[in-house]
Amino acid sequence: MSLRYTAPAVVLHWLIAGLIFIAFPLGVYMSDLPLSPTRLQLYSYHKWIGISVLLLVGLRIVWRLTHRPPALPDDLPRWQRAASHAVHGLLYLLILAVPLTGWLMSSAKGFQTVWFGVLPLPDLVEKNRELGQVLGNAHQFLNYLLLALVILHVVAALKHHFHERRPFLQRMGLGK
Amino acid sequence: MMLKSLTLLAALTLAPAAHAIEYRSVVPAQSRIGFEFEQMGVKIPGHFRRFTAQMAFDPAKPQSAQATLEIDLASIDAGSPEADEESAGKLWFNRTAFPKARFVSSQVRALGNNRFELRGTLMLKGKARPMVIPVSFVPGKTTAFFDGSFVLKRLDFGIGEGMWADVETVANEVTVKFRIAATGK
Ligand code: HEM
Repeated sequence: MSLRYTAPAVVLHWLIAGLIFIAFPLGVYMSDLPLSPTRLQLYSYHKWIGISVLLLVGLRIVWRLTHRPPALPDDLPRWQRAASHAVHGLLYLLILAVPLTGWLMSSAKGFQTVWFGVLPLPDLVEKNRELGQVLGNAHQFLNYLLLALVILHVVAALKHHFHERRPFLQRMGLGK
Repeated sequence: MMLKSLTLLAALTLAPAAHAIEYRSVVPAQSRIGFEFEQMGVKIPGHFRRFTAQMAFDPAKPQSAQATLEIDLASIDAGSPEADEESAGKLWFNRTAFPKARFVSSQVRALGNNRFELRGTLMLKGKARPMVIPVSFVPGKTTAFFDGSFVLKRLDFGIGEGMWADVETVANEVTVKFRIAATGK
């Protein structure tokens, strides 16, 4: 069995990672700006990128449900195996929940999402200021949870690769 | 309430010996002045909560109809608290200097089928611009409705100056949609 993820999984992984890497700091930066055309533009770009992540993670989950990831090394300690599964499962959940709460919040605050200014998405809930606040807090909280897990995920991969000298980065398409 | 009873009083004292129904008393609770604009391609609905209107409309003599409308700009719902606050500023309504919008009719023309063309002047932020507004008259037992919608260009009135003049972010066109309820004598 191959020790690498298949090409579609690799492409989706890095596309999603790259878009989150843009959407996250953009979200932090834009929400502190005073109201201006720039702020409105950045909010739109943030929402378009976020919805793209939602679409891509949907595809990634379809891939995952129809494929087995490459096996982990036999000698990897049991607890690390369990931790790896748990973190990967949570990452899928959060990468779904973060854009979903963003979409829900925008609906509740009364701002529809029109993907790339072209495709109007349905509002998921009625306009409701209080609900909008709650969903905004949820979006923020889940984002920081996601950040913590991503750091853990990256540190673990780097540790396996460099410290334990296992070809871990190759699993996700890096190097030969 | 106060205003309502005042207009009612005015209607009662001013109404000529009733021949046909003349609509003179606006019912604020059943009236609505809304608008919609586009921001980054997203439609944002809003409305004004407070306005006063005087009118006289006799369906038998539409050409002599009259209407005056005054909108309290502080009563805006522009879609979000941030936008409400922003709209008061100098670049938008400049509300300390110009707290109200005012429409005064000059001419009403019947188009048939209970449809009318209302001409008049809209005064907003110190600028007066002529307007042509299509209105449908919806008769009722005691209350009749005057419905209409038209598009105005915010930049004609200097609404959204400076950095906000860029119509790619906030569109120039604002669709105004209204329903004025009135009772007659
Ligand atoms: C991968 C997807 C996404 C990531 C990583 C992300 C990340 C973030 C972050 C870090 C913030 C700043 C939170 C704070 O500190 O207040 C934020 C704010 C925001 N996000 Fe997202 N987001 C994503 C998707 C979405 C989507 C799909 C939407 C809407 C369709 C959205 C709408 C918003 C809005 C409106 C805010 C500002 C809230 C406010 O004004 O306080 N986000 N996002």
